[in-house]
Amino acid sequence: MSVRLVWRKAVNAVMLGLTGVCALITVGVLGVILGYLAWHGGRDINWNFFTKLPAPVGEAGGGMANAIVGSAKLLVVASLFGIPIGLLSGVYLAEFGGRWYSFFVRYATDLLNGVPSIVIGIFAYAVVVVPRHQFSTLAGGFALGIMMIPIAVRSAEEFLRAVPSSLREAAMALGASRWRTVATVVIPAALQGIIGGIMLDLARVAGETAPLLFTAFNNLYWSPGWNQPTASLPVLIYTYAISPYDDWHRQAWAAGLVLLALVLAANIITRLMLSRRGAARGA
Amino acid sequence: MSNAIQTAGSVAPSHEGPRAWLRRFVSGDEVAHIVTLLFASTILAITGLLVLQLWTNSRLSRVQSGWHFFFMQTWDPVFEHFGALPFLYGTVVTTVVALVISVPLGLGAAIYLAELAPRKISDVLAFLVDLLAAVPSVIYGLLGIFLVIPLMREVIEPFLKRTMGFLPIFQGPAYGIGLLTGGLVLAIMIVPFIVSISREVLLVVPREQREAAMSLGATRWEATWHVVVPYARGGIFGSIFLAMARALGETMAVTMVIGNDPRIAASLFSPGYTIAAVIANEFSEATYPLYINALVELGLVLFLLTFVLNGLARLLILATEQRGVAHS
Repeated sequence: MSVRLVWRKAVNAVMLGLTGVCALITVGVLGVILGYLAWHGGRDINWNFFTKLPAPVGEAGGGMANAIVGSAKLLVVASLFGIPIGLLSGVYLAEFGGRWYSFFVRYATDLLNGVPSIVIGIFAYAVVVVPRHQFSTLAGGFALGIMMIPIAVRSAEEFLRAVPSSLREAAMALGASRWRTVATVVIPAALQGIIGGIMLDLARVAGETAPLLFTAFNNLYWSPGWNQPTASLPVLIYTYAISPYDDWHRQAWAAGLVLLALVLAANIITRLMLSRRGAARGA
Repeated sequence: MSNAIQTAGSVAPSHEGPRAWLRRFVSGDEVAHIVTLLFASTILAITGLLVLQLWTNSRLSRVQSGWHFFFMQTWDPVFEHFGALPFLYGTVVTTVVALVISVPLGLGAAIYLAELAPRKISDVLAFLVDLLAAVPSVIYGLLGIFLVIPLMREVIEPFLKRTMGFLPIFQGPAYGIGLLTGGLVLAIMIVPFIVSISREVLLVVPREQREAAMSLGATRWEATWHVVVPYARGGIFGSIFLAMARALGETMAVTMVIGNDPRIAASLFSPGYTIAAVIANEFSEATYPLYINALVELGLVLFLLTFVLNGLARLLILATEQRGVAHS
């Protein structure tokens, strides 16, 4: 073998090996995150954690029941606002859309998808917090709802389009009108995919912190109704993590573990469900 | 029955009179069309309103400072000095650091997943990478504070100082917090985006491209690096732009590790501040209109930057994927 060939083979082996190392490092990060969180957070998760209010600094015990309920309420508001707009717009794009108007709607959706979450927070502050003179669950839910729209639109459109046109034609051949076809044949056929897309969407906004900082704000106590500042898991993790107290750091770890477990579980279940359906290219 | 057949037939009308339209209205088609159209229009309205709000709510600051806003170095709300330069600097530096680390890493991993790994392993690893992309940014921040910062302070920054301390970017005291740490955490966060999109565009490169190169005697690496990667170049750049847009707008993780100090220093070890971080920290404490307007203007800048980058990225990815599909 010539020297040059040996050299080329050596380069080949080294570079291919390096790409494998890159892949290992990338995936290894997930292991580090999970392991570290489980190690630090696992010890402090107990019954109190889910049922008690935060304790004052220096006092043992205490939980984050109000943040868990707060996050759930924020997600309810976000869903009520974001899902109808997202789904029906997806139906419009897939089934009824005209060429030009669809182009603009898709463009706006992409644009909205790329807006940094902190800027969404500014927007929600300007249109909800300022007129109502108050940080509230509504404002935070509104911000999260806007963040849900683009992915809901995309997944709805994609899964509706994936429904074979023979199904549509069969329904119409039986005399069904267009909307009846869409409502009773096309949407049920795409339902599993659409629900999967929405679950991924919820998992994504459940971990968003930046848009909540000056919309839902924070609260050390329960937040009755929808018009008061509320605690939420991500904001609580943030405030506890940057605090100087060891007690709070431990709580932050525990909350982080709970949040991550919820988000990853939603992702894993949904993605497995979708890929078994043979449509792994979800949102 | 005959009525139903007529409506089904009138689904794709070319030129219709008002009577045909009325018939479709009664059958419900036109109602469904209008309802979904209204919902789709709310997306346009929300997007428009967002831009409008950013524009009007930053008016005071735009009028008062004009272009000086971007060149002044002092940010001192107490004396009404609003200069955005330290934040622009911090944002650009952390993003560049993040790209320097994440592009080789992400591209290498994507090449491994698309070209070398058996399909099954590749799918499993890609699944894990997607999970990584789903980890909330506040979790990255948490690990940043308690894992990365001590690691940087005790190990990595002293090491860089010993080996490359002659460079101005690796000088000064090692606090652990700072631009370099911010960039590193960002890099970890954006790698999944680079990997998953690059893998997809690499997978649509036609087989014949690889086979032709290897039949000419190229090694596997040469075929990959000189043929497959250049073929997918556009899409790879697209994935990098997308990652860059994410890095620019990323808030929480950076805020938690960068030190939040509005100054401009050559050393990567020194604390800094980014646009997103200053909005997150100061927005709810901004006490007078000009202050709020200045922060909103920073938000507007962030919006425009990500808008341009995302647009470029989409064009590139689309062009590359269509090229791959057209040839295969």
